[in-house]
Parts: sequence; C-alpha cells; structure tokens
Amino acid sequence: MRVLAAMSGGVDSSVTAALLLDAGHEVVGATMKLWGGPSDQGCCSVADVDDARRVCQQLDIAHHVFNFSEEFDAAVVVPYVEAHTHGLTPNPCIECNRHLKFDRFLKRGEQLGFDAIATGHHARITHDDGTWNLRRGYDSAKDQSYVLHMLGQRSLAKTVLPVGTMNKSAVRAIADARGLRTAAKPDSQDTCFLPSIGGRSTFLGDRIPLRPGRVVDTEGNPVGVVDAIELVTVGQRRGLGVGASANHGEARYAVAVDTQAGVVTVGTIDDLSTEAQAITAVTWTHQPARAGTQVRVQASAHGASEPAVWTGDAVQWHERHRRIAPGQSVVLYSADDDRVLGGGIAP
Amino acid sequence: MTTPQRLVYLDHAATSPMRPEAVSAMLPFLGEQFGNPSGSHAMARAARTAVEDAREVMARELGCDASEVVFTGGGTEADNLAIDGAGAGRRVCSAVEHHAVLRPVKGAGGATVAVDSDGVVDLGALASALRADDALVSVMLANNETGVVQPLRDIAAIVGEYAPSAVLHTDAVAGFSWLDVGECAADADLVSISAHKFGGPKGVGALVVRDGVQLAAMLRGGGQERERRSGTHNVAGIVAMAAAAAATGRDRDAAVSRVGALRDRLAAAIVSTTTDVVVTAAGAAHTAGTLHLLVGGVESESLLIVLDDLGVCASAGSACASGALEQSHVLAAMGVDRELANGALRLSLGWSTTDADIDAATVALPKAIEMLRGRS
Repeated sequence: MRVLAAMSGGVDSSVTAALLLDAGHEVVGATMKLWGGPSDQGCCSVADVDDARRVCQQLDIAHHVFNFSEEFDAAVVVPYVEAHTHGLTPNPCIECNRHLKFDRFLKRGEQLGFDAIATGHHARITHDDGTWNLRRGYDSAKDQSYVLHMLGQRSLAKTVLPVGTMNKSAVRAIADARGLRTAAKPDSQDTCFLPSIGGRSTFLGDRIPLRPGRVVDTEGNPVGVVDAIELVTVGQRRGLGVGASANHGEARYAVAVDTQAGVVTVGTIDDLSTEAQAITAVTWTHQPARAGTQVRVQASAHGASEPAVWTGDAVQWHERHRRIAPGQSVVLYSADDDRVLGGGIAP
Repeated sequence: MTTPQRLVYLDHAATSPMRPEAVSAMLPFLGEQFGNPSGSHAMARAARTAVEDAREVMARELGCDASEVVFTGGGTEADNLAIDGAGAGRRVCSAVEHHAVLRPVKGAGGATVAVDSDGVVDLGALASALRADDALVSVMLANNETGVVQPLRDIAAIVGEYAPSAVLHTDAVAGFSWLDVGECAADADLVSISAHKFGGPKGVGALVVRDGVQLAAMLRGGGQERERRSGTHNVAGIVAMAAAAAATGRDRDAAVSRVGALRDRLAAAIVSTTTDVVVTAAGAAHTAGTLHLLVGGVESESLLIVLDDLGVCASAGSACASGALEQSHVLAAMGVDRELANGALRLSLGWSTTDADIDAATVALPKAIEMLRGRS
C-alpha cells in the first residue's frame, strides 16, 4: 500500500512510519501545521515539525508539511472559544480529529493517491465479517479510542494505527533501537494551542471577555462569586469561592452554569448525580445501537467506563452517576468494553 | 508512482545549480589557496588578491566602482545591512518585498506602500506615503515570486522629489540573472545581490554601497570590508560568485531571449491545454525566467507533491519556519482572491534549463492538474 503517515513529531507517529516501512508499504510522512498563533508546546511547533522531518530523513522517506492552520482555526479554535461563552466544556482534540486528521488530512491523502493514512494513535482497527471495528488500544493506560470515536466505516477502512497493538514501552524501544531522535520525547499532554503559562484562562481572556459570576445554592441564595464564569465547568469543585465548611462540611460542586445570567449554581454530589445522561450529535462507527443495548460509557479521555443502557438518545446508568459537563464527548463501548460503538456530546 | 528517469528542475528562483565556471574558480580556495586575506604573508596576499580581483569583476557586473562593493554572507544579510545600517529615520518599502526587507522595515516601525493588481508599486501611493525626513526607501528590482519588474527609474525620481534625504535601496536578488543591474539600478544608492541565484555558491552575496552613502555595520569585529562588514572573507565563495557573475553577464542577453522563449512556450502550452489556469500579472514587465500561475480548483501543496512525484521541482511561494506554505503576502498585496492564491505555482527557469525540461514540464503539469481535479 501507499500510506500517508501523519507525523506529529512524537514517538508514536515516528514508530508508526517505521513499522509501516518494515511491513513493506510505501510510506510518505506529513506534518499538519494546525495552530498558526503563538504557542510554546503541542503538536505544531517548529521544533516538532523539525523532529518529524528528521525522523523521515532517518527513515529515508519523503516528508511534507500541510498548512491547515486556517481550517484548524475555523473548525477547532473558534468553536472552542465560542463554546466557553455558552458555559460549555468542549474537547478540541476530538474536533481536530473529526475535522482535520480524519477529514482534511484523509481527503488530502486520497487526492494524492494514497491507499490509506496512518496515525500514531493507541487504538486498533479490525476488519471482522465485512465490518470495520474501532477497538481500544492494547496498552490500556495509553488507549486513545475515546478521541477517535467519530470514525465511521469509510474512515476506518482508510486508516491504519500500527502502534495500537503495542505497549508504549515497546514503541519507545523500537524508536530507541532505530536511533530515532523522538525515542525519549515526553508524551504531549495538553491542548496544543494553549500556552503552558496561563493556559486556558489566558487564551480565552485574550479572545472573549471573561466576566465575574454570582454563585448561588440550589435555593438561589448567594454564596459567593467567581472571577470568570466562562471558565467554570459543571462538576467543578475547586475555585468556586465556597468552602466545604460553609455547607456543614459537605463538598459543593457546580451543578449548573448560566453564562447569560452570570450565575453558577452549586450543590451537593447528590444534586449533581443523575439516572440518565442525554447525548446529542451522535455518530456511529457502523450501525446505530438499538435502544436497550447494554453499553459501557466513557466521558473523558483517560477515565474509566461505566455500565449503562442506551435508550436511543440517552444512556440510563446502572447506578446513579455524576452529570457529564455539557460540551464533553460521551463515548459508547460494547458491553465487553472493547469496541467503540459511537459517541456524541453531552448537552 | 514510478521513479522518474530524470529531474526537471524549475525552481531557479529558489536556487540555481552552480555554474561550472564558479565551481572551478572556487576549488583552489578550498584546497591549497587557504589564506586569510587579512594577513600580510604570501598566503594571505594571494587570498587578498583573489578577493580584490573578484571585487573588480563584481563592480563591472554591477556597474559600480570596486570600492562600492561590500561582500556579505548572502542576500538576506545584504538586505538587512541596507535597511538596518541606514541613518536614523523612517524606513519605507513596497508591500511585495522579500521578507529579508519587509521584516527589518516593519521591525523598525517602517511603512509599506501599496502595489497595483500586477504587483507594481503604485507611484501615486508612494508619493503620498513619503515624508521629507524618511531615511530609506526600499523597492525590489524584480519580485522573487512573480518575476514582476519594478519601474526603478520612476521610483527613484519620486523618492528624490518627496524624500530627498532618503537613500534608495533595491533588492536585486531576483533580478540579477535577467537584468543589467548596473543600468536598471543605476539610481539606487544600495543594491543587494545573492550568488546562489545566478550560479554561484550559497552563503555569499554583496551589497553595493554608493560612494558617500553612510552605512552602519551590523557585524563588528576585525573591520573587514572597510569596517562595513567584519568577519573573515569567504574567499572561495567570493571568487566563485565573481566567476558566476561574469558568466551571467556574458550570457545574459542570449539567456534572456533563449530562456524567455522557453518560459513563453511553457506558459502557452499550459494555458492552451488546461482550463482555469491564468498567468499572474501577465500584462506587466517580468523577468525572463519566472512563470507564476494561478491554478483554479487545485491546492498548491498538493500540486507540488504530485509534480514532485512526476519529477518536476517547482515551488509556490514562501514557506514559514516550519516549512509550511504561507499565504503569499505578494499575492495578497496584489488583491488576488484567497481561494485563487491557494493554487499559486511558481515555475522558474534558469541558465541550465533546456528544451527537454520544458517538453517534460508541458506534459507533466497538465497531467498533475487534471489528476488532482479528478480526485477532488
């Protein structure tokens, strides 16, 4: 096959390209330049592009840089900022996968005549009885199937994830054995466009007004203030200006964020818990799950999944569960917790 | 894709292959002639003689006095030295300058002057932008992306009238291969050139500093180049640049007509075989070697990769620090629609371009464009 490998400049994508070469494929590396603004970290700094280019040189394959910064801005950054004005907690990495890596990049690969694209994600794609399945990565501590849940049959058929069947330590060992300069490079942790100093509040504060908000209890009694209501997430406990002592020692959480009114409602863990969780904008890897299907539900990139029943537009938890912050992605797995069925967004 | 039999190199505006004259001229100075020209012994004197011989050759090719030639470490350094080294006061440049001019001008808080839809400096805008106390005006001889030639004579007259104390700098890096710089840039006080654009080695260039023009050095140290550019001379590079310049000057008229005809043939072939392709600034004066196209419905990034697969080396414009293609500030200044600018393609011919190169390109280019359009 001719494979276009997405090279972020990290160890996983470096080894991805190496493994594809070893398997006899024709491989070309490409790095997406996504974030055009200032940043000191993440997957599109000049240093990371240099690393990706050098790895390709070491592997003796061609390397290209695709400037997708305008599309990234429009499809990821602008919606990310906009979501905060509505009190939502978006997941920009998922939108980047949806719109950039597995749409723009995939189409670019097809246009250039490649049979498939490859990325360094820790997840597995299998072809079983005519169906492409997305499954958890072999290294459960590094599993990234959650951020790939939007892949449908068409994308899955055109994508290969060579490191998904390996432990991270094995990936690093391969990079080390081949003398790739990314072998010991730390994993990227944070959203690529957020600065390491100041983070989200600095980034958003430069783009939208961050307004103070009133904090009230579930009866509407004022109990405190927050500096920036746009930065408050449902489920958040710290930084709300209300100590546990003020509530007879019981911790209080943000249970509702109304940016229009400028009000954060706090309540107990019971106020936050719910029997069912609605999910909107659901996409499926194959067929939509039937109502009544037993599923496992995961609501953060590295969180554990919990059992529930899919009802058709929501999941009914087996045991009461904390509400998922509006804007977060909710991913449904098969009952054995291996296969991604689909996912959507908590409204 | 099959491995191409031979490469068709159409990126001379990025760099030209070295001329054989330049290679053979520099070899002794990479070997037994290793002296430092600043010394006084026999080895040093031999090197100094070679540098001064080269300076005279450059002076002849640039239409200036030998004492006016300052050797630099390339075109960017020559441009930076001209902009940063000029006296106190505002710097003004055209909006389509190379970044080696644009960035120091903007860094010093300077102004840019608009161009028309062909990328030619708007003389009216220039006149109204200039102030009597401006220190420097910089307008390139020919544009590195489009090849469009600026009316330097007219510009000099306007500068003389509206900013009489300003020095006029011209970046002739993209022009030297095709234009008699001594004649075209006769009115400029400062002229930059770069050796590797005309068959010399990379890392060497020159700035013409007319007699009487004050220039503060950027590199300070041993006081070489009459205190205007310290640092041990790149003797081999300087000697090779002079050999390349002499060969360029000797062959220029013939090259302009031969390469210009090849360029025109390539342009005609593409425009006649492929829909929705336009030649940028077709009506403006341009250098013989550059063919800049706007290809509709195709992205430059993809087109360059497909051409590369077909064995054609081309370019689209400038790249940023990461190597990603940038939106061209030149096309933006010309008012080219962003969508159309995404399909920019620069094919640049040079001294080594052959008929066979153009034959191959006239086949490969329509093929690449149709291939991409068919898959999008």
